[in-house]
Amino acid sequence: MSDAHDAKLVEEGAALARRPGRTTTPVPAVPENWAGVAHADPLSRGHRGYVGTPLARLDGPVKVRGRAPFAAEYGYDDLAYAALAYSTIPKGRMTGLDTAAAEASPGVVLVLTHRNAPRLNPQPGYDMSLRDPGIGFERLPVMQDDRVHWNGQPIALVLAETQEQADHAASLIHATYAAEPAVTSFAAALAAGTRPLEIFGRRIRVELGDAEQALAASAVSVDETYRTPPHHHNTIEPHAVTVAWHGDELRVHDSTQGVLHTAWTLGQILGIDPARIRVTSPFVGGGFGVKVLWQHHVLAAVASRTAGRPVRLALSREGVFRMTGGRPPAEQRVAVGADEDGRIRAIVHTGAYATTRHSPWPEPLSMASQNHYASDAFVLDTSMAYADLVQNCSMRTPGSTIGFFALESAVDELAGKLGMDPIELRLRNETATNPIGGKPFSSRHAAEAWRAGAERFGWSRRSPVPGSVRDGEWLAGMGCAMVSHHYQRRPGGAARIRLTADGRARAEVAAHEMGMGTATVQSQILADRLGLDIDRVSVGYGDSAMPGRFLAVGSSQSAGIGGALLAATRNLMDELLKLVRDGSPLAGLTLAEVGAVNGGLAALDDPSRHESYESVLARAGRAELVVEGSGEPPAEMANVSMFSFGAIFCEVRVSSVTGETRVSRILGSIDCGRVLNPRTAASQFRGGIVMGLGAALTEETVFDDRNGRIVNASLGDYHVPAHLDVPPIDLIWTDIPDPYAPAGARGIGELSSTGVAPAVANAIHNATGRRIRDLPITPEKLL
Amino acid sequence: MIPFTYARAGDEEDAVRLAGTAGSTYLGGGTNLVDLLRRTVERPSALVDVTGLSSSIEDSGGGLMIGAAARNTAVAEHRLVRTRYPVLSRAILAGASGQIRNMATVGGNLLQRTRCPYFYDVAGYRCNKRNPGEGCDAVGGPHRGHAILGASPACIAVHPSDMCVALAALDADVHLRGAGGSRLVPLTGLHRLPGTHPEIETVLAPGELITGVQLPAPVTGERSAYRKVRDRASYAFALVSVAALLGVQDGVVTSARLALGGVAPKPWRAYTAERSLIGGPATATAFRAAAEAELAAATPLRDNGFKVELAVRTITAVLDGLVREERA
Repeated sequence: MSDAHDAKLVEEGAALARRPGRTTTPVPAVPENWAGVAHADPLSRGHRGYVGTPLARLDGPVKVRGRAPFAAEYGYDDLAYAALAYSTIPKGRMTGLDTAAAEASPGVVLVLTHRNAPRLNPQPGYDMSLRDPGIGFERLPVMQDDRVHWNGQPIALVLAETQEQADHAASLIHATYAAEPAVTSFAAALAAGTRPLEIFGRRIRVELGDAEQALAASAVSVDETYRTPPHHHNTIEPHAVTVAWHGDELRVHDSTQGVLHTAWTLGQILGIDPARIRVTSPFVGGGFGVKVLWQHHVLAAVASRTAGRPVRLALSREGVFRMTGGRPPAEQRVAVGADEDGRIRAIVHTGAYATTRHSPWPEPLSMASQNHYASDAFVLDTSMAYADLVQNCSMRTPGSTIGFFALESAVDELAGKLGMDPIELRLRNETATNPIGGKPFSSRHAAEAWRAGAERFGWSRRSPVPGSVRDGEWLAGMGCAMVSHHYQRRPGGAARIRLTADGRARAEVAAHEMGMGTATVQSQILADRLGLDIDRVSVGYGDSAMPGRFLAVGSSQSAGIGGALLAATRNLMDELLKLVRDGSPLAGLTLAEVGAVNGGLAALDDPSRHESYESVLARAGRAELVVEGSGEPPAEMANVSMFSFGAIFCEVRVSSVTGETRVSRILGSIDCGRVLNPRTAASQFRGGIVMGLGAALTEETVFDDRNGRIVNASLGDYHVPAHLDVPPIDLIWTDIPDPYAPAGARGIGELSSTGVAPAVANAIHNATGRRIRDLPITPEKLL
Repeated sequence: MIPFTYARAGDEEDAVRLAGTAGSTYLGGGTNLVDLLRRTVERPSALVDVTGLSSSIEDSGGGLMIGAAARNTAVAEHRLVRTRYPVLSRAILAGASGQIRNMATVGGNLLQRTRCPYFYDVAGYRCNKRNPGEGCDAVGGPHRGHAILGASPACIAVHPSDMCVALAALDADVHLRGAGGSRLVPLTGLHRLPGTHPEIETVLAPGELITGVQLPAPVTGERSAYRKVRDRASYAFALVSVAALLGVQDGVVTSARLALGGVAPKPWRAYTAERSLIGGPATATAFRAAAEAELAAATPLRDNGFKVELAVRTITAVLDGLVREERA
């Protein structure tokens, strides 16, 4: 975003702080059975209030002062510190595990191995049926036997009086192995054969018409293979837990995207009632899909119980690489056929990626091609190849970040073959209905986003001739690509609201703050739904004892909390009306006849009939009113196809001498429904774009194919973009509320990273004439 | 934990005396050594902190004398460095990060160790630098960043410094002090090629201390440049870097000093290219021929062959840029 835009936001924020800002017309409750009804939520109907304003993050001051507690910062008397030792072979058995030196090392409290670990239940994994709230990806037994399944598996935990003592003792543990043949490269995994990917027990294959035949019959077509490497999330905060047993109750201070799910999953593995486990996670230093349950949770809990002491287990950066996986390597075929006028007739998108045999986890590459171009025929499918590597897991926009790289590179290539502007090609294939299944989109303004983005970016100045713009040794070019992600409201959302006699409201949801501004944005929504000033509301979160089954995944959390909060506010208004006494201006009004405004309720048709919350509670002699509400089943997704859209534009400079690529500017033009808070949304979009730049140019988890061990297990060797790699990021949005989404907002977390890598690759092609189909685009690929 | 003693040296004599026992190591800014201690790659029994020794940067007969304890930032920012040896300033600023440069000393920079990941992964891999004779796992593993010049089957690690590349081109000398007295070695003679003993990285005797770096007076009429090619725009080691000083008169190269980083186990002075350049025409064709002559000795491996062409191109472009600059 430009400096000017930033300055504008700051100014708007300051202005907001000076005025009450709250809703001035009564906001009615959202009726029951709203899900699936267009514009049922007043906040999706052009409502003006706190929603849509650039409120500064409520957790900003505490974070800036360094007072926001993270999982590895909770202190206990008698706290013991844990460190892990990891396997150095990919597969086999431990024939010896020498712990004597570690046990004799100063300060050591306990050395935990498969020989002395208590018996545990298997990890339940993630329940794709959504019945059970599992959150781990890996399903292996945790330190229960002498088996080694990947290079980097924890083989021992050391507990000591200090972290340094634990780290040192862990380095003294020595294992000997009987190695077994292992599949330690993607190439070997592919060579051993692939299996179709299933999600929810069903293949994700989509076939419409005869795509291969249509492709062959197309006037113009492209048919290419795209390769992408493994990636790691590299959250700024490495995984950590601090755990303490109080009798049979387990307290877990965590950094997680699922507090309730972590409690449930730990309960299954430890064989105790999940209700006896309380997981809190008030701040998460980045999640991106990897802050789920991994073996360190289980090992910390077990070590704590065995030693009878609170335990902290904070993974080192190397530890994060060794025992938590990321995006898997993939190889995709995308073929697109079109008429001479650019009408797409066939899309084939198939691909394979590596996962583990014991815990196959989906990376649905081909879904990127499923919902956009109005093709007549499709074949879309993804398959899995098994490798003995660290468990892969979801990473910001599973399937799509690399799926869009393949699709949107191919579409750009098609535009080149057609001699057509790549934006024009996309506009010609716009569709009002989902090409698969035919459902209408709930709200699709992709064409507006394309046009507005092209205008603002100056796309008309792009030379259509690759390699034609030169500035000394530097070749300049522009590229673009689509971004998209589906709307998702997961079932199980619930919220509690406590309204107190002083006219303040606090909502509680077992949801998560990973830096995206959850509490800030939900406070804005709560203030608007209750007609309260922003400083009279608060939102509690990050505690498994709070209501609701939330996961901060799949860009689903805002909608999930939104659906729960609107139900809880409706229930609160309903209960308030029951407390209304004769003599109240509200007497005799029904729920459908009132709205929230000015710190109380008022008649919709006569806002002068108003009574404050303080007054209602005082008259009823109540100190507080506590209600809960549950989100309705997500019926809105049944009859309409709900997706966010947008376009990424970027300009690159490529050295004709060294092959170095520098991105000089980038723009995201976004259609994501209502933007609840332009400041926090912009921050999230920027972050996604930066991650996309990493995937495009610098990031790769380098495995040693001989033994499946990660070679660049550090932030010095794994190259996330540095500040100098990140150009000015400009952002604009359509800000058109989605009539079917709570508050009109579809969710944004995953959206912006999807189209960045192809936009960069397409710009590089425009700059140099070189088409790179293999990420990351490092200098040698452009020599 | 592995115990070690820590002592702070008051002067050079004190330092050399303190480091007289086997297992001693000098500690500068600690930006590399502390990492190596944590990873147990280095296991010294005594640390002798020499950051209190000379950090002065002073004129020395038209040249420059830099105390070994001078911080990298202080050198890069020094007026005499920026005016007389801009190539050194640029090389330092191309390395590491601001925070690291603020801590790192000149002496420590010279003696920093390779960032070969196999050298650091004590639990997972064999390394002849760590355990002489056990073998090198980098040779058969992913080695895109490794050496194409001067390596041996025993070790293919590269020297990571940017500063040293400029110092090599500048004909710097290194002042040493040991129990037996003081001596001067050229920077280009400080580091050894790995051969069959990659664990021996320099010509320093045990306990010998680097006390300073001496730069000769600049050559009149030479222009200089440092260019670093890397995977990201900052905080990454060089794939290839080039330090060049070039004198041209009437279209003929009168002097040429050229050093390469990111390609060899030591800062690589490109003598072959220099011989090819001097007395020849200052043209891109001649520059490329000189670069190719230097890289003719390259022994690329499976993953790092691109460095040969990248080095040739970068040398050619840097020299060509200096000539264009001259004309402009």
